[in-house]
Amino acid sequence: MPKTHVETTINGEPQEFLCEPSESLLAALRDGLGLTGTKEGCTTGDCGACSVMLDGRLVPSCMVLAPEAIGRSIETIEGVAQGDSLHPLQQKFLEHAALQCGVCTPGFIVAAKALLERNPDPSEEETRYWLAGNLCRCTGYDKIIRAVLDAAAEMREATA
Amino acid sequence: MLSIRYEAPASVGEAVALLDADEGAKVIAGGTDLLVQYRSGLREPTAFVDVKRIPDLMEISIDADGLVLGAATPAAEVFENTEIRQLWPGVAEATDLIGSTQIQGRATLGGNLCNSSPAADTVPALIAVGAQAVIAGPSGERELAVEDFVTGPGQNVLGRGEFLVKLRVPRPGPRTSDAYLRLIPRTEMDIAVVGAGVALTLDEGGTCTAARVAIGAVAPTALLVPDAAAALVGSSVDDAALAGAAQAASAAASPIDDKRGTVAYRRKVTGVLTQRAAAIAAERARER
Repeated sequence: MPKTHVETTINGEPQEFLCEPSESLLAALRDGLGLTGTKEGCTTGDCGACSVMLDGRLVPSCMVLAPEAIGRSIETIEGVAQGDSLHPLQQKFLEHAALQCGVCTPGFIVAAKALLERNPDPSEEETRYWLAGNLCRCTGYDKIIRAVLDAAAEMREATA
Repeated sequence: MLSIRYEAPASVGEAVALLDADEGAKVIAGGTDLLVQYRSGLREPTAFVDVKRIPDLMEISIDADGLVLGAATPAAEVFENTEIRQLWPGVAEATDLIGSTQIQGRATLGGNLCNSSPAADTVPALIAVGAQAVIAGPSGERELAVEDFVTGPGQNVLGRGEFLVKLRVPRPGPRTSDAYLRLIPRTEMDIAVVGAGVALTLDEGGTCTAARVAIGAVAPTALLVPDAAAALVGSSVDDAALAGAAQAASAAASPIDDKRGTVAYRRKVTGVLTQRAAAIAAERARER
Protein backbone atom coordinates (compact mmCIF):
# COMPACT_ATOMS: atom_id res chain seq x y z
CA MET A 1 0.00 0.00 0.00
CA PRO A 2 1.57 3.29 -1.06
CA LYS A 3 1.95 6.07 1.44
CA THR A 4 -0.38 9.03 1.25
CA HIS A 5 0.97 12.27 -0.11
CA VAL A 6 -0.19 15.24 1.93
CA GLU A 7 0.07 18.84 0.81
CA THR A 8 -0.90 21.24 3.52
CA THR A 9 -0.07 24.58 5.15
CA ILE A 10 1.75 24.62 8.47
CA ASN A 11 2.33 27.89 10.30
CA GLY A 12 1.62 29.77 7.09
CA GLU A 13 4.12 27.83 4.97
CA PRO A 14 3.20 25.23 2.34
CA GLN A 15 4.42 21.79 3.41
CA GLU A 16 4.24 18.29 1.99
CA PHE A 17 4.91 14.91 3.49
CA LEU A 18 4.23 11.21 3.08
CA CYS A 19 2.36 9.28 5.74
CA GLU A 20 0.53 6.07 6.48
CA PRO A 21 -3.19 6.68 5.94
CA SER A 22 -3.93 5.70 9.55
CA GLU A 23 -1.15 7.81 11.06
CA SER A 24 -2.13 10.66 13.37
CA LEU A 25 -1.41 14.26 12.52
CA LEU A 26 0.60 14.32 15.75
CA ALA A 27 2.90 11.54 14.52
CA ALA A 28 3.26 13.20 11.10
CA LEU A 29 4.21 16.52 12.68
CA ARG A 30 6.74 15.02 15.07
CA ASP A 31 8.21 12.09 13.16
CA GLY A 32 7.62 13.15 9.56
CA LEU A 33 8.30 16.88 9.76
CA GLY A 34 10.50 17.10 12.86
CA LEU A 35 8.09 19.58 14.47
CA THR A 36 8.58 18.10 17.92
CA GLY A 37 7.21 21.08 19.85
CA THR A 38 3.78 19.45 19.76
CA LYS A 39 3.95 16.82 22.50
CA GLU A 40 2.57 13.32 22.71
CA GLY A 41 0.78 12.70 26.00
CA CYS A 42 -2.07 10.23 26.13
CA THR A 43 -2.86 9.71 22.39
CA THR A 44 -6.50 9.30 23.39
CA GLY A 45 -7.62 12.93 23.25
CA ASP A 46 -7.66 13.38 27.01
CA CYS A 47 -4.59 15.44 27.92
CA GLY A 48 -4.29 18.37 25.50
CA ALA A 49 -0.49 18.10 25.12
CA CYS A 50 -0.82 17.68 21.34
CA SER A 51 -3.14 20.68 20.83
CA VAL A 52 -2.86 22.40 17.45
CA MET A 53 -5.10 24.68 15.42
CA LEU A 54 -6.72 23.04 12.39
CA ASP A 55 -8.43 25.56 10.08
CA GLY A 56 -8.68 27.94 13.03
CA ARG A 57 -10.12 25.42 15.47
CA LEU A 58 -8.37 24.01 18.54
CA VAL A 59 -8.06 20.22 18.20
CA PRO A 60 -6.05 17.37 19.72
CA SER A 61 -3.69 16.37 16.88
CA CYS A 62 -3.68 12.75 18.11
CA MET A 63 -7.38 12.61 17.17
CA VAL A 64 -6.77 13.83 13.60
CA LEU A 65 -5.61 11.51 10.82
CA ALA A 66 -2.60 12.94 9.02
CA PRO A 67 -4.26 12.75 5.56
CA GLU A 68 -7.09 14.90 6.89
CA ALA A 69 -4.58 17.77 6.73
CA ILE A 70 -4.70 17.77 2.92
CA GLY A 71 -5.52 21.32 1.84
CA ARG A 72 -6.06 22.49 5.42
CA SER A 73 -4.19 25.04 7.49
CA ILE A 74 -2.40 23.98 10.67
CA GLU A 75 -0.82 26.11 13.36
CA THR A 76 1.54 24.55 15.88
CA ILE A 77 3.56 25.84 18.82
CA GLU A 78 6.46 26.44 16.40
CA GLY A 79 4.41 29.24 14.80
CA VAL A 80 3.62 31.08 18.02
CA ALA A 81 6.82 33.11 18.51
CA GLN A 82 7.67 35.71 15.85
CA GLY A 83 11.31 34.93 15.05
CA ASP A 84 13.28 35.59 18.23
CA SER A 85 10.51 37.48 19.95
CA LEU A 86 8.34 35.38 22.22
CA HIS A 87 4.57 35.61 22.22
CA PRO A 88 3.30 37.34 25.40
CA LEU A 89 1.94 33.98 26.58
CA GLN A 90 5.36 32.38 26.25
CA GLN A 91 6.97 35.34 28.05
CA LYS A 92 4.45 35.18 30.89
CA PHE A 93 4.85 31.43 31.29
CA LEU A 94 8.55 32.10 31.89
CA GLU A 95 7.96 35.03 34.25
CA HIS A 96 5.40 33.14 36.32
CA ALA A 97 7.40 29.91 36.24
CA ALA A 98 4.23 28.31 34.89
CA LEU A 99 5.98 25.08 33.97
CA GLN A 100 8.13 22.40 35.47
CA CYS A 101 8.72 19.42 33.19
CA GLY A 102 7.35 21.33 30.20
CA VAL A 103 5.56 18.52 28.38
CA CYS A 104 2.15 20.13 28.73
CA THR A 105 3.40 23.66 28.01
CA PRO A 106 3.11 23.81 24.20
CA GLY A 107 -0.45 22.50 24.41
CA PHE A 108 -1.33 25.06 27.08
CA ILE A 109 0.13 27.90 25.03
CA VAL A 110 -1.62 26.88 21.82
CA ALA A 111 -4.92 26.45 23.69
CA ALA A 112 -4.56 29.70 25.65
CA LYS A 113 -3.73 31.58 22.44
CA ALA A 114 -6.95 30.22 20.90
CA LEU A 115 -8.87 31.46 23.95
CA LEU A 116 -7.39 34.97 23.85
CA GLU A 117 -8.04 35.27 20.12
CA ARG A 118 -11.76 34.80 20.72
CA ASN A 119 -11.97 36.39 24.16
CA PRO A 120 -9.25 38.96 24.97
CA ASP A 121 -10.58 39.45 28.51
CA PRO A 122 -11.55 36.05 29.94
CA SER A 123 -12.43 35.63 33.60
CA GLU A 124 -10.41 33.22 35.70
CA GLU A 125 -13.35 30.80 35.59
CA GLU A 126 -13.63 31.02 31.79
CA THR A 127 -9.90 30.45 31.50
CA ARG A 128 -10.00 27.41 33.78
CA TYR A 129 -12.91 25.87 31.87
CA TRP A 130 -11.32 26.57 28.47
CA LEU A 131 -8.08 24.92 29.60
CA ALA A 132 -9.76 22.06 31.47
CA GLY A 133 -8.67 19.67 28.70
CA ASN A 134 -4.99 20.53 29.18
CA LEU A 135 -3.57 18.37 31.93
CA CYS A 136 -0.49 19.35 33.93
CA ARG A 137 0.85 16.92 36.51
CA CYS A 138 3.51 19.28 37.93
CA THR A 139 2.30 22.79 38.61
CA GLY A 140 -1.13 22.56 40.18
CA TYR A 141 -2.39 24.94 37.46
CA ASP A 142 -2.44 28.18 39.46
CA LYS A 143 0.73 29.58 37.92
CA ILE A 144 -0.50 28.64 34.45
CA ILE A 145 -3.80 30.44 34.99
CA ARG A 146 -1.99 33.50 36.38
CA ALA A 147 0.36 33.53 33.39
CA VAL A 148 -2.54 33.37 30.93
CA LEU A 149 -4.50 36.14 32.67
CA ASP A 150 -1.38 38.30 32.91
CA ALA A 151 -0.62 37.77 29.21
CA ALA A 152 -4.23 38.66 28.38
CA ALA A 153 -3.94 41.90 30.38
CA GLU A 154 -0.68 42.82 28.66
CA MET A 155 -2.09 42.05 25.21
CA ARG A 156 -5.14 44.22 25.93
CA GLU A 157 -2.89 47.09 27.00
CA ALA A 158 -0.77 46.69 23.87
CA THR A 159 -3.82 47.04 21.64
CA ALA A 160 -5.54 49.77 23.72
CA MET B 1 0.07 -4.36 10.19
CA LEU B 2 -2.11 -4.11 7.13
CA SER B 3 -2.32 -0.64 5.75
CA ILE B 4 -5.64 1.06 6.11
CA ARG B 5 -6.98 3.24 3.33
CA TYR B 6 -7.99 6.86 3.80
CA GLU B 7 -10.84 8.04 1.60
CA ALA B 8 -12.30 11.53 1.48
CA PRO B 9 -15.42 11.40 -0.72
CA ALA B 10 -16.79 14.72 -1.96
CA SER B 11 -20.42 13.65 -2.17
CA VAL B 12 -22.98 11.54 -0.34
CA GLY B 13 -23.21 9.18 -3.33
CA GLU B 14 -19.48 8.64 -3.41
CA ALA B 15 -19.44 7.87 0.32
CA VAL B 16 -22.28 5.35 -0.05
CA ALA B 17 -20.40 3.64 -2.90
CA LEU B 18 -17.22 3.39 -0.82
CA LEU B 19 -19.05 2.04 2.24
CA ASP B 20 -21.15 -0.37 0.19
CA ALA B 21 -18.09 -1.77 -1.60
CA ASP B 22 -16.17 -2.46 1.62
CA GLU B 23 -17.93 -3.69 4.72
CA GLY B 24 -14.84 -3.01 6.83
CA ALA B 25 -14.75 0.69 5.97
CA LYS B 26 -15.68 3.00 8.83
CA VAL B 27 -16.95 6.54 8.63
CA ILE B 28 -14.76 9.04 10.45
CA ALA B 29 -16.24 12.39 11.47
CA GLY B 30 -14.50 13.81 14.56
CA GLY B 31 -12.74 10.53 15.27
CA THR B 32 -12.79 11.04 19.02
CA ASP B 33 -14.43 7.67 19.63
CA LEU B 34 -13.35 5.81 16.51
CA LEU B 35 -9.62 6.57 16.72
CA VAL B 36 -9.46 5.62 20.39
CA GLN B 37 -11.28 2.35 19.61
CA TYR B 38 -9.00 1.70 16.63
CA ARG B 39 -5.76 2.35 18.52
CA SER B 40 -6.83 0.18 21.43
CA GLY B 41 -7.59 -2.69 19.04
CA LEU B 42 -11.36 -2.63 19.58
CA ARG B 43 -11.97 -1.85 15.92
CA GLU B 44 -9.96 -2.81 12.88
CA PRO B 45 -11.35 -0.85 9.94
CA THR B 46 -10.08 -1.53 6.42
CA ALA B 47 -10.60 2.11 5.49
CA PHE B 48 -11.39 5.43 7.10
CA VAL B 49 -14.03 7.27 5.11
CA ASP B 50 -13.66 10.92 6.07
CA VAL B 51 -17.05 12.52 5.47
CA LYS B 52 -15.99 16.06 6.36
CA ARG B 53 -15.39 17.00 2.71
CA ILE B 54 -19.06 16.44 1.89
CA PRO B 55 -20.87 19.81 2.11
CA ASP B 56 -24.16 18.27 3.38
CA LEU B 57 -22.33 16.82 6.37
CA MET B 58 -20.90 20.22 7.41
CA GLU B 59 -24.07 22.26 7.05
CA ILE B 60 -25.86 24.20 9.77
CA SER B 61 -29.05 25.83 8.50
CA ILE B 62 -32.00 27.19 10.41
CA ASP B 63 -35.27 28.22 8.79
CA ALA B 64 -39.02 28.24 9.50
CA ASP B 65 -39.06 24.43 9.61
CA GLY B 66 -36.21 24.18 12.06
CA LEU B 67 -32.60 23.09 12.15
CA VAL B 68 -30.71 21.01 9.63
CA LEU B 69 -27.46 19.93 11.21
CA GLY B 70 -24.81 18.17 9.13
CA ALA B 71 -23.73 15.02 10.93
CA ALA B 72 -20.01 15.94 10.88
CA THR B 73 -20.33 19.50 12.18
CA PRO B 74 -18.04 19.88 15.20
CA ALA B 75 -19.65 20.33 18.63
CA ALA B 76 -17.91 23.69 19.11
CA GLU B 77 -19.60 25.08 16.00
CA VAL B 78 -22.99 23.93 17.25
CA PHE B 79 -22.52 25.45 20.69
CA GLU B 80 -21.13 28.72 19.30
CA ASN B 81 -24.25 29.18 17.15
CA THR B 82 -26.34 31.74 19.06
CA GLU B 83 -29.53 30.83 17.24
CA ILE B 84 -29.18 27.16 18.20
CA ARG B 85 -28.54 28.18 21.81
CA GLN B 86 -31.70 30.30 21.81
CA LEU B 87 -34.00 27.87 20.03
CA TRP B 88 -32.75 24.56 21.46
CA PRO B 89 -30.91 25.43 24.70
CA GLY B 90 -31.07 21.83 25.94
CA VAL B 91 -29.38 20.50 22.80
CA ALA B 92 -26.76 23.24 23.11
CA GLU B 93 -26.04 22.49 26.77
CA ALA B 94 -25.77 18.76 26.10
CA THR B 95 -23.32 19.54 23.29
CA ASP B 96 -21.26 21.77 25.56
CA LEU B 97 -20.98 19.00 28.16
CA ILE B 98 -19.01 16.76 25.82
CA GLY B 99 -15.28 16.59 26.52
CA SER B 100 -12.77 19.42 26.52
CA THR B 101 -12.44 22.45 24.27
CA GLN B 102 -10.10 20.40 22.08
CA ILE B 103 -12.50 17.46 21.88
CA GLN B 104 -15.34 19.83 21.01
CA GLY B 105 -13.29 21.04 18.07
CA ARG B 106 -13.50 17.53 16.63
CA ALA B 107 -16.41 15.61 18.17
CA THR B 108 -19.74 15.74 16.35
CA LEU B 109 -23.39 15.20 17.22
CA GLY B 110 -23.65 12.74 14.35
CA GLY B 111 -20.72 10.78 15.75
CA ASN B 112 -22.20 10.88 19.25
CA LEU B 113 -25.34 9.23 17.84
CA CYS B 114 -23.51 6.72 15.60
CA ASN B 115 -21.11 5.66 18.36
CA SER B 116 -24.35 4.64 20.05
CA SER B 117 -23.14 4.70 23.64
CA PRO B 118 -26.03 4.50 26.13
CA ALA B 119 -24.41 7.46 27.93
CA ALA B 120 -24.13 9.81 24.92
CA ASP B 121 -25.10 13.27 26.19
CA THR B 122 -26.62 14.73 23.04
CA VAL B 123 -28.88 11.75 22.33
CA PRO B 124 -31.49 12.28 25.10
CA ALA B 125 -31.40 16.01 24.32
CA LEU B 126 -32.06 15.31 20.62
CA ILE B 127 -34.81 12.81 21.41
CA ALA B 128 -36.52 15.36 23.68
CA VAL B 129 -36.73 17.94 20.87
CA GLY B 130 -38.04 15.38 18.40
CA ALA B 131 -34.96 15.18 16.19
CA GLN B 132 -34.96 13.01 13.08
CA ALA B 133 -31.92 11.22 11.66
CA VAL B 134 -31.44 11.36 7.88
CA ILE B 135 -29.59 8.30 6.60
CA ALA B 136 -28.16 7.79 3.11
CA GLY B 137 -27.62 4.32 1.66
CA PRO B 138 -27.51 2.26 -1.51
CA SER B 139 -31.30 2.42 -1.86
CA GLY B 140 -31.54 6.15 -1.25
CA GLU B 141 -32.36 8.25 1.77
CA ARG B 142 -34.45 7.29 4.76
CA GLU B 143 -35.38 9.23 7.84
CA LEU B 144 -36.23 8.02 11.32
CA ALA B 145 -36.69 9.38 14.83
CA VAL B 146 -33.49 9.59 16.88
CA GLU B 147 -35.06 7.39 19.59
CA ASP B 148 -35.31 4.60 17.01
CA PHE B 149 -31.70 4.93 15.78
CA VAL B 150 -29.72 3.23 18.53
CA THR B 151 -30.59 -0.44 19.08
CA GLY B 152 -28.16 -1.38 21.87
CA PRO B 153 -24.80 -0.41 23.35
CA GLY B 154 -22.59 0.43 20.34
CA GLN B 155 -25.31 -0.77 17.95
CA ASN B 156 -27.66 1.06 15.62
CA VAL B 157 -29.88 0.71 12.59
CA LEU B 158 -27.22 1.56 10.01
CA GLY B 159 -26.98 -1.21 7.43
CA ARG B 160 -24.30 -1.93 4.87
CA GLY B 161 -23.43 1.12 2.81
CA GLU B 162 -25.48 3.41 5.03
CA PHE B 163 -24.33 6.44 6.99
CA LEU B 164 -25.83 9.35 8.88
CA VAL B 165 -26.01 12.52 6.76
CA LYS B 166 -27.83 14.98 8.95
CA LEU B 167 -30.14 15.62 11.83
CA ARG B 168 -33.39 17.53 11.46
CA VAL B 169 -34.83 19.30 14.49
CA PRO B 170 -38.30 20.87 14.23
CA ARG B 171 -38.48 24.55 15.10
CA PRO B 172 -40.04 25.08 18.53
CA GLY B 173 -43.38 26.88 18.58
CA PRO B 174 -44.29 29.65 21.03
CA ARG B 175 -43.69 28.94 24.74
CA THR B 176 -41.73 25.81 23.88
CA SER B 177 -38.27 25.09 25.21
CA ASP B 178 -35.96 22.32 26.36
CA ALA B 179 -33.27 21.46 28.88
CA TYR B 180 -30.70 18.74 29.45
CA LEU B 181 -29.00 17.78 32.70
CA ARG B 182 -26.52 15.06 33.48
CA LEU B 183 -24.89 13.83 36.62
CA ILE B 184 -21.16 13.20 36.82
CA PRO B 185 -19.08 13.03 39.98
CA ARG B 186 -16.98 16.04 38.92
CA THR B 187 -17.65 19.32 37.13
CA GLU B 188 -16.10 18.62 33.72
CA MET B 189 -15.17 15.90 31.29
CA ASP B 190 -16.71 12.68 32.46
CA ILE B 191 -19.23 10.18 31.18
CA ALA B 192 -22.84 10.56 32.28
CA VAL B 193 -23.98 8.51 35.27
CA VAL B 194 -27.48 9.65 34.35
CA GLY B 195 -28.75 12.15 31.76
CA ALA B 196 -32.23 13.62 31.29
CA GLY B 197 -33.59 15.78 28.47
CA VAL B 198 -37.00 17.45 28.55
CA ALA B 199 -38.81 19.56 25.94
CA LEU B 200 -42.21 21.03 26.64
CA THR B 201 -44.82 23.50 25.42
CA LEU B 202 -47.01 25.71 27.58
CA ASP B 203 -50.24 27.44 26.58
CA GLU B 204 -50.88 31.11 27.30
CA GLY B 205 -52.15 30.25 30.76
CA GLY B 206 -49.02 28.29 31.58
CA THR B 207 -50.54 24.83 31.24
CA CYS B 208 -48.29 22.23 29.65
CA THR B 209 -49.81 21.08 26.35
CA ALA B 210 -47.02 18.85 25.05
CA ALA B 211 -43.89 17.29 26.48
CA ARG B 212 -41.15 14.84 25.60
CA VAL B 213 -38.89 13.31 28.22
CA ALA B 214 -35.78 11.26 27.40
CA ILE B 215 -33.30 9.62 29.75
CA GLY B 216 -29.74 8.45 29.11
CA ALA B 217 -27.13 6.14 30.67
CA VAL B 218 -29.80 4.16 32.52
CA ALA B 219 -30.71 1.54 29.91
CA PRO B 220 -29.04 -0.15 26.89
CA THR B 221 -30.14 2.88 24.83
CA ALA B 222 -31.41 6.35 25.60
CA LEU B 223 -35.14 6.07 26.22
CA LEU B 224 -38.14 8.22 25.39
CA VAL B 225 -40.41 8.08 28.45
CA PRO B 226 -44.02 8.83 27.41
CA ASP B 227 -45.32 8.24 30.97
CA ALA B 228 -43.09 11.01 32.32
CA ALA B 229 -44.32 13.34 29.57
CA ALA B 230 -47.93 12.40 30.37
CA ALA B 231 -47.38 13.42 34.00
CA LEU B 232 -46.47 16.93 32.82
CA VAL B 233 -49.14 17.46 30.15
CA GLY B 234 -52.24 19.19 31.52
CA SER B 235 -50.39 20.55 34.54
CA SER B 236 -48.82 23.91 35.22
CA VAL B 237 -45.55 21.97 35.71
CA ASP B 238 -46.12 22.30 39.43
CA ASP B 239 -44.51 20.22 42.17
CA ALA B 240 -47.04 17.41 41.93
CA ALA B 241 -46.57 17.09 38.15
CA LEU B 242 -42.79 17.21 38.51
CA ALA B 243 -42.93 14.49 41.16
CA GLY B 244 -45.08 12.39 38.84
CA ALA B 245 -42.63 12.85 35.97
CA ALA B 246 -39.75 11.93 38.27
CA GLN B 247 -41.51 8.78 39.39
CA ALA B 248 -42.30 7.74 35.81
CA ALA B 249 -38.72 8.35 34.67
CA SER B 250 -37.28 6.37 37.58
CA ALA B 251 -39.68 3.54 36.79
CA ALA B 252 -38.64 3.50 33.13
CA ALA B 253 -34.93 3.31 33.94
CA SER B 254 -33.29 -0.11 33.85
CA PRO B 255 -29.71 0.78 34.74
CA ILE B 256 -26.71 -1.41 35.50
CA ASP B 257 -24.36 -1.39 38.46
CA ASP B 258 -20.90 -0.22 37.46
CA LYS B 259 -18.05 1.92 38.73
CA ARG B 260 -20.06 5.06 37.95
CA GLY B 261 -23.08 4.21 40.04
CA THR B 262 -25.36 1.54 41.42
CA VAL B 263 -28.76 0.57 40.05
CA ALA B 264 -30.58 2.13 43.01
CA TYR B 265 -28.61 5.37 42.81
CA ARG B 266 -29.07 5.73 39.07
CA ARG B 267 -32.77 5.03 39.32
CA LYS B 268 -33.20 7.66 42.01
CA VAL B 269 -31.10 10.26 40.16
CA THR B 270 -33.04 9.62 36.93
CA GLY B 271 -36.12 10.99 38.65
CA VAL B 272 -34.28 13.91 40.22
CA LEU B 273 -32.71 15.04 36.94
CA THR B 274 -35.95 14.59 35.01
CA GLN B 275 -37.77 16.77 37.50
CA ARG B 276 -35.07 19.45 37.47
CA ALA B 277 -34.75 19.45 33.67
CA ALA B 278 -38.54 19.75 33.33
CA ALA B 279 -38.57 22.72 35.72
CA ILE B 280 -35.80 24.44 33.74
CA ALA B 281 -37.52 23.73 30.40
CA ALA B 282 -40.78 25.18 31.81
CA GLU B 283 -38.99 28.27 33.07
CA ARG B 284 -37.45 28.78 29.64
CA ALA B 285 -40.77 28.15 27.91
CA ARG B 286 -42.43 30.85 30.03
CA GLU B 287 -39.83 33.33 28.77
CA ARG B 288 -40.35 32.47 25.12
